Amino acid sequence: MNGTLKRAAVACLLMFGLLMANVTYLGVVKADGLRHDNRNVRSFYERYAVDRGWITADNGKVTLAKTVDTGDPTYRFERRYPQGKAFAHVVGYFAPESATGIEGAESKYLDGSHPDLVVRRAIDLITNKPAKGASVDLALNVAAQQVAYKDLANTNKRGAVVALDPRSGAILTMVSVPSYDPNPLALANKAKVNEAYSKLDKDPKKPLLDRAIDLTYAPGSTFKTITSAAFLGDNSSRSAETMVDAPDSKTFKDSTTPLVNYHGESCGGRATLLAAFTISCNTPFGIIGVGLGYDKLKEQAAKFGIGTKLAIPLSVVGSSIGPDEGETALAQTSIGQRNNQMTPMQMAMVAAGIANKGTVMKPYLVNKVMGPDGSEVTAAEPEEFSEATSPEVAAELTKMMMNVVRSGTGTAAQLPGITVAGKTGTAETAPGQASHAWFISFAPADNPRVAVAVFIESGSAGNDASGGTVAAPIARDVMQAVLKK
Amino acid sequence: MSAVDGAPVPMTAKRRGAQLAMLAFAVLIVMGAYASVGVGLDGKIPSGMLTYGLGLGALMLAAYLVLARFAPWGDPLLLPLVTLVNGIGIVMIYRIEHSGKLGAGANATTQLMWTALGVVMFSATLIVLKDQRALQRMTYTAGFVAVVLLAIPAVLPGKFSEVQGAKIWIKFGGFSIQPGEFAKLALVVFFAGYLVAKRDVLALAGRRLLFIDLPRARDLGPVLITWAFAIATLIVEKDLGTSLLLFGTFIAMLYIATQRTSWVLIGILLFVGGAILAGMAFSHVEARFNVWLHAEDPTLYDAGGGSYQLMQGLFAIGSGGILGTGLGLGHPQNIPLSFSDFIFPATGEELGLTGLMAILMVYALIVQRGLRTALAARDPFSKLLAGGLSFILAWQVFIIIGGVTRLIPLTGLVTPFMSAGGSALLANWILIAVLVRMSDGARRPPPQAIQDEGLTQVMQR
Repeated sequence: MNGTLKRAAVACLLMFGLLMANVTYLGVVKADGLRHDNRNVRSFYERYAVDRGWITADNGKVTLAKTVDTGDPTYRFERRYPQGKAFAHVVGYFAPESATGIEGAESKYLDGSHPDLVVRRAIDLITNKPAKGASVDLALNVAAQQVAYKDLANTNKRGAVVALDPRSGAILTMVSVPSYDPNPLALANKAKVNEAYSKLDKDPKKPLLDRAIDLTYAPGSTFKTITSAAFLGDNSSRSAETMVDAPDSKTFKDSTTPLVNYHGESCGGRATLLAAFTISCNTPFGIIGVGLGYDKLKEQAAKFGIGTKLAIPLSVVGSSIGPDEGETALAQTSIGQRNNQMTPMQMAMVAAGIANKGTVMKPYLVNKVMGPDGSEVTAAEPEEFSEATSPEVAAELTKMMMNVVRSGTGTAAQLPGITVAGKTGTAETAPGQASHAWFISFAPADNPRVAVAVFIESGSAGNDASGGTVAAPIARDVMQAVLKK
Repeated sequence: MSAVDGAPVPMTAKRRGAQLAMLAFAVLIVMGAYASVGVGLDGKIPSGMLTYGLGLGALMLAAYLVLARFAPWGDPLLLPLVTLVNGIGIVMIYRIEHSGKLGAGANATTQLMWTALGVVMFSATLIVLKDQRALQRMTYTAGFVAVVLLAIPAVLPGKFSEVQGAKIWIKFGGFSIQPGEFAKLALVVFFAGYLVAKRDVLALAGRRLLFIDLPRARDLGPVLITWAFAIATLIVEKDLGTSLLLFGTFIAMLYIATQRTSWVLIGILLFVGGAILAGMAFSHVEARFNVWLHAEDPTLYDAGGGSYQLMQGLFAIGSGGILGTGLGLGHPQNIPLSFSDFIFPATGEELGLTGLMAILMVYALIVQRGLRTALAARDPFSKLLAGGLSFILAWQVFIIIGGVTRLIPLTGLVTPFMSAGGSALLANWILIAVLVRMSDGARRPPPQAIQDEGLTQVMQR
């Protein structure tokens, strides 16, 4: 019987071999898939087992997102957002299955899984402490952000404000309205969060969208800064005093529809670039754009960042001047209409680039990352994005923009004792709908420390200077808040 | 003086000292695991650790003393190995008991009581059963007992016998036992006795088909009866696991006894055929197969009686990864029945692949010690009984662990020595006692012939 017993033993060995092979297969090959299966609630628990780092602004003085220990062993740490709506889009929210804004973009630092924090994490693991993440300090100016949110919310319109430090690219303000309260979206309860989320998602005003970076809009006359930059940069003999054609109406060769000024106003047939810019004539810039050609305009636009997708670290959708569709289209593109589509972030970069003597700095939100022990893990290093114009061209553009605020369409942006440079914009959308109101500006004009873009969706008061009446005062308040510091 | 002719007769060492040391080691591992659960759960060593540890230690010391007194040549590894899995089982049940309201139903104290009773049964078996060959004389009694034990739940009204769809219990008051667990032992005894008596007949070759010698048609009788019995268990008690366990063991023992591969093939064909028929006739068998094949399918996952439980077990093993979360730090409450059928995946989450491999290794070693006993046994009945008991243990581990790890379709069986539940624990402790008894018989040196025949004349009358 020993022969068959031995074969039975081999069969037993085979059974254990199969079991071990299968367990190994599960624990090694399939483990990752099983661990991250969305039906496996453990990954959900794990999110709440980490003492996430805080999100702060003003060098750590103001808390935007904090972690509270609930004492519940399963869902121990919960996220709270004390500043609520004004910072919702930037900070984002830490939901059971996702995270947005900085919460999502800097998640590896916040939950401590970033390679820079690996030593710290290993110590926590050995000492059996809950993993603690690094805190992220944002470059935002809290006072400016709050003023921007308050002003914008008071318009009862949809819109966005972006303010940059033109010297570094630091994002000082980034607001989108309507906003939402992120706190109900950060509960450790999928059902409640889904309910709150779907309510916001179904809202026709789309509060979840960050209008500063998620959507693009026709920039209207603010785009004339770029057309002017291309015109001045194309020939070094040109200046703000160069005379340009300014007819009341201009018809290009591929269409019978003429390009006109707002409400058929007249700019006198011929005018200096400065004058045309100050009162925002359309025909001169249409003629300039057509004269330069599509490629030169596009090249100038690209130097300001148009067409590049940025990560600040939140991703910014790409802006575009649209395709080359002939002279009439190009003329309209040159005054910021037709398929010309910009994010408010992009227009802030245009203002900042002119302010910074033609050099565009790469915008960034994160000032620094502090380890759980308070040591600095990483800090922002301002980075040059591009050389958009020469310093001379930037100086001419600054002169023109100063004139707009001093005596043109943007007088509402004036600040006592500080020279402000700016440009209004009113972008026609669909017929019968109110136009978009824009205002881009920077101050002080001689040594700029803040550049702002204000955008209000369908915010026109009805006239061509509406950017000046609705958007400019908001820009003024934001600049004032930043400069007061 | 002619004593230098040939090597001395090899003496089997008793290895009692080694056994005691390993037993102490097993108890220490379990105490460490218990402390680790406490630290994992709430950062401090549980207050009951000494009570539990000393309790387990005292129990095992008692078992050891009985073994040393009544089966001094018994296998030194079996008791420490069983102590280890039994202890790890208690620790896991304790841990699951403390995992919130979903862990209710697990009770480590009860399990420890059952373990104590198991050790009593182990000792009693060793004391009463002086020679396993006494069992051979009870072949048909054992067969009768097994049939009665298996039949009781089938004939009892569902109120007294049905738990979660399986009609395999006898319930009275707050007390319930699974007679099938004891029937298992009786059946192996019966198979061993019966097959030893009939193996010469059953081994006779009949017709030859292709390369296989078929047995004679008239010898199919016992196989068909067992098959019918297994299928009846499957249908009446809705218990695919026990059915598969008993029939598989029978076929394995039949093969060991007769050396006829044809019996194995006939057995497999019969069972697969029966299972397919049952699958077509009974939805619950088919459902098991569906769950096995399409466990990850979301509709099946959400369906009642679907793959939810299986997938939760797999999630636990996957989340445990290689080293596991550590005891007390996983989420066994997510797996329904984590303290009984699914204790293996629950352990996998906290001890990881490493822990599961160690546990499988311990089972494999227990089986190996049993099979070694079978090889060393001196009479056919003991060989077959030891082989059958070892195989049924291996086969049961394969069916349940293969089931919860989705190697084969899931059928409810207890994980020997680990799952919560008294009947299985008692029956398995008795099984181990019988193996120890047989290893004692097999390892005991034969009476020594007197060496110096030249000097001493022994007269035998």
